[in-house]
Formats: sequence, structure tokens, C-alpha cells
Amino acid sequence: MKNFSGKALFLDRSDINTDEIIPAKYLTENTKMALQPFVLEDLKLGGFDPRRDVAGKGVVVTRANFGCGSSREHAVWVFEVNDINVVIAESFARIFRQNMYNCGMLAIELPREEINTLFGLGDDVEISVDLAKGELTAKGSKSVTCRFILNEFDRKLVVAGGWLAYADKNY
Amino acid sequence: MGKTITEKIFDAHRRDNPTPDNVILDLDVVMCHEITTPIAITDLETRGMDRVFDPDKIKVVIDHVTPSKDSKTATQAKILRDWARRHKLRDFFDVGRNGVCHALFPEKGFIRPGYTVIMGDSHTCTHGAFGAFAAGVGTTDLEVGILKGVCSFRLPKTIKITVTGSLPKGVYAKDVILSIIKQLTVNGATDAIMEFVGPVVEKMSMESRMTLCNMAIEAGATCGVCLPDRVTAEYLWPFIKDEYASLEQAVTDFKQWHSDPDAVYWKQLAYDVSELVPQVTYGFKPDEVRDVTEMEGRPVDQVYLGSCTNGRIEDLREAAKVLKGRTIADTVRGILSPATPQVYNQALAEGIISIFMEAGFCVTNPTCGACLGMSTGVLAEGEICASTTNRNFNGRMGKGGIVHLMSPLSAAAAAVAGHLTDPRKYL
Repeated sequence: MKNFSGKALFLDRSDINTDEIIPAKYLTENTKMALQPFVLEDLKLGGFDPRRDVAGKGVVVTRANFGCGSSREHAVWVFEVNDINVVIAESFARIFRQNMYNCGMLAIELPREEINTLFGLGDDVEISVDLAKGELTAKGSKSVTCRFILNEFDRKLVVAGGWLAYADKNY
Repeated sequence: MGKTITEKIFDAHRRDNPTPDNVILDLDVVMCHEITTPIAITDLETRGMDRVFDPDKIKVVIDHVTPSKDSKTATQAKILRDWARRHKLRDFFDVGRNGVCHALFPEKGFIRPGYTVIMGDSHTCTHGAFGAFAAGVGTTDLEVGILKGVCSFRLPKTIKITVTGSLPKGVYAKDVILSIIKQLTVNGATDAIMEFVGPVVEKMSMESRMTLCNMAIEAGATCGVCLPDRVTAEYLWPFIKDEYASLEQAVTDFKQWHSDPDAVYWKQLAYDVSELVPQVTYGFKPDEVRDVTEMEGRPVDQVYLGSCTNGRIEDLREAAKVLKGRTIADTVRGILSPATPQVYNQALAEGIISIFMEAGFCVTNPTCGACLGMSTGVLAEGEICASTTNRNFNGRMGKGGIVHLMSPLSAAAAAVAGHLTDPRKYL
């Protein structure tokens, strides 16, 4: 399995779409690694600078309907090649969420109050995920533990390392 | 307990139930384009799994950037082309025969009622217009689809949307779907199917139904769907005439997919469109929608007519009603991109291309092009486009550009006026 811990990158807005995560003009790249410098390039958030703020982060924390828009799996790969394997949000767009599990990555949904709590932990927050327990711990201005529920099938995909590995074994 | 059309399709295609909430479906059609497929192909090659589950069920087109604009897009096209030839995929559409996937594949008769369809493209939901289950997926789902002919989905829940009344003059399927998205919001239908029914939908052509289903994803839906009927059968008749003794028989057969009267819905909504006026988006989300009358006078730099939402012959005909005998404003660049070669040819035969050109439009080859800011009409920083496409995301048509979504009629009116305006005055 991939690494599911790291420093939090807070993206404080709902409906962040796949064009903001990776603009379409970069979809002409034929390797995942080539996407790396362009992560979140078109995301306009007060004070956010992707070239400065993404480095060293391992977990995205954000609001509702994250990853809406296009089906491009590039929006998942661009996080993967930046060593971000977990996105925690109030909710996800379906295709983005499925793409995360399909790549053996974690999309975790938490209620709004708990997302608010994570946003209240300050700028320097370390998050670690215990998949077996269904628990994540965030350490910032204080330490918080949240329970999360993963669909059993999605959990199998994450454990298998993605949908291709799972499907090749089972179908 | 009755079932919805989507539940019936799921029942007919269920390969496995890995958990009570998840279904593995057998696929009837796997569609591929050059942006999201090449990485699947190279990954399969790397893994030593360069196979396809059924060459007849895979449909391939180069459409997003075509003809290729640079070395990178040429490479994407080449990977797709070489793969299609290697596996003897009969239905491969290259330069000269290619068009926007969600307009081209229905024209070829590839989508039938009751089918399951995936593509690495979010607007795959368009094909639900034929009474199919069609969903946009990522590259890994596509890769497994190509290899195994299956895809995983959560159990479907359906929003029944009944559209009643009658469409006023100058108001179209695009205005209906924009007003529905406005009320549902951009995630109001996440993980759901939007089932469009009612007298207004029954009267719609297949082209209009495709426009309706095309934008279901903008409310977060997995698929839009219409119940297959006589309109569906007439559209498909050239492709199914050998399978049925009569059109009547096809219409009757299609009814097997209709939702039962006692089907259970997640939500039920009703819209009376009799008072609807032309709709237009104002922000960076497709649910930020207003009456065009509230946006009167906003200047535009470019007008773009095309895409999988509104690049079909019926769309061009409506726009031509405004453009005939008129010229577009000096300050506006007009771009028409007929969605397929067949649409282009038909528009030529009907004199519509001449009307556009005499009005001052540039006519491009069929391609997705400017809709996602890849070619043939990218905006500069701060420029504004009146567009018949489906997404107004920040930077979608070019970094710093602004897109207002609307019907072909409203877009044509904006081209003539040089600003957003009520198109009904030109009718």
C-alpha cells in the first residue's frame, strides 16, 4: 500500500474542479511524472501559491464536492507524483473519488464539523491514517482523532493497490 | 417493487456483487479518445497485458485536438492509431472521418437502449439519451474496461425529473438543463442518475435529449437518461431495421427498459418550462445561472458554437435563424465547429455554412477544440466568450478567460449584438 500520512495542505473552498487541479492544456503529456510542476496551477485561493505551498505536503484537506468536472485521472496522478496519496473532504465528485481508489489512493469523507475542526488546527498539521482501524489522527495546535467509513469495496481496491490489480485477479 | 430503467439495465449486466453496495457490470461499449486512452494503452503494454476484451465493442476516435497541433498531440494520436490498427478495431475514426465523440458515436448507431457504456470522458452521460446507462470514467476504469469488459459502480439511485408545460419560442433543451442545474446545484445529483421524463422530453428530438443528458454531469450525476420511444427508434432505424420487422416492433421492444410505474426514486422533481426564458451562466460554476435578460449588455470577445452539448445540426439550424442576413459585431470573433463530418456536410447542403460565413464566422473542422481550451479558439487573459459548451470553469477555455454558457440561439444573438442579449428579438 501507499504512504497515507504527511503534512496537511489546506484548500479552503468547495467545488474545486479538475481544471483547477490540472488544466486541460497539460493533458497532452504522456507520462504521469510530467504533470508534477503543474499541480493546482489554476486554483485561485487567497494567498495560495502552488509552487510554494504544495512541496512537502502529503495530505489534502478540503471542503465539499472536491474534484468535480472532467473525468481526467490526471487530477489524481498529479497528486500522486507530488507524493500526496490522501484527500480528506466533506464530499467528492464521483469520478474523482473512484479514480483515487482505482489508483490505490485514499479519498476520505468526513462530516462538515470534523472538516472544520481540521481547518482549525493551524497551518502546520501532520496527519496519519490507520486504514485498518478506520481512523485518522491530525496533530497541529492540538491532536484530533476522527473515525471514517470506507465502502468495503473501495477499501479492497486500496489494499489491492488499485482496480487493475483487483480486476485482473477477480474477473 | 418496480424498477427504474437504470436498475433494469444493471440487472441485465450484473457480473458480480463484490459487496451489497457495489456492482460489477458487463459493458456493451467502451469508447476511447486520444486524451485519456494513450496512458491506459502504454500502461497495458508495460504490464505485458496489451489485449482488448472484444474488438467489436471498442469504439475509438481522435477528437480533442485534431488534426494534431504539435508533437505531443501528434504522439497521443499515434499511440491511439497504432493501438487501433494493432488490435484490428474496425470502428476507429481518424482525421477526415472524426468528430466530437458524443456526437459521432450516436450518429454511427453505436448506442442502443439498455446498453452499458463507459468512456474516459465525463460527458459520456450524453448517451443516456438513448435509454442507455453511460458513464464517464477515469483512465484506470477505461483500462480495465478495455482489458476485461467490466466496470464497477455503486448501486444506482435515481432522481426523476418531470418536465411539463411547453417550451416557449427561443427556449431550448440547453435552457432547460441550465435551469435544472441551477436548482440542483453542482453536486445535487452526485452518485445519482437523472431520469428525464414528461411531455416536454417526449416531444424532444434525440439531439435535444442529448443536450439534456450531456450536462447531467454538471450537477454531479453519473448519467442522464431518457426513456427510449418512437423518437429513439426513428433515429436508430437505419441501424436496427434488420433486427425488427417494423418500427412499431422496435418501439414495443424498447418499452422493456421503461421504468415501472411503482419504481422507487431517490428524489422526484417537476419543472414547468412554459414561462422559462433563455438562460445563461454568469460565474465559474455551471449552477451559476441567470435569465439572459439579467445579463443584457455584457460585452463578449468571442462566440463559440459547437461541442458535444450543442454542435449538432439542429443547433446550427437554430443559430442560423438569427445569423441569416445579418453580420456579427466587429468586436466579436465568431467560431463555428460542427460536431461531426455528417453535421458539417448536412449544414453545407442546407446552406447553413454559407449563412455562418457570410455573417463573419470562422468554420473549423469537427473537434472538441476550444471547449476545454486546447485548440481552435483559446481565450487570452480577461477575454469573454459566449459559448454553447458545457463548462464555465475558471480558465477552462484558456487561462484567465471567462465563459458564459448558453443555447446556440443565444450565442448567435450575442455574436450579432456584440454582447449578451435576449435572442428572442431576432426571431
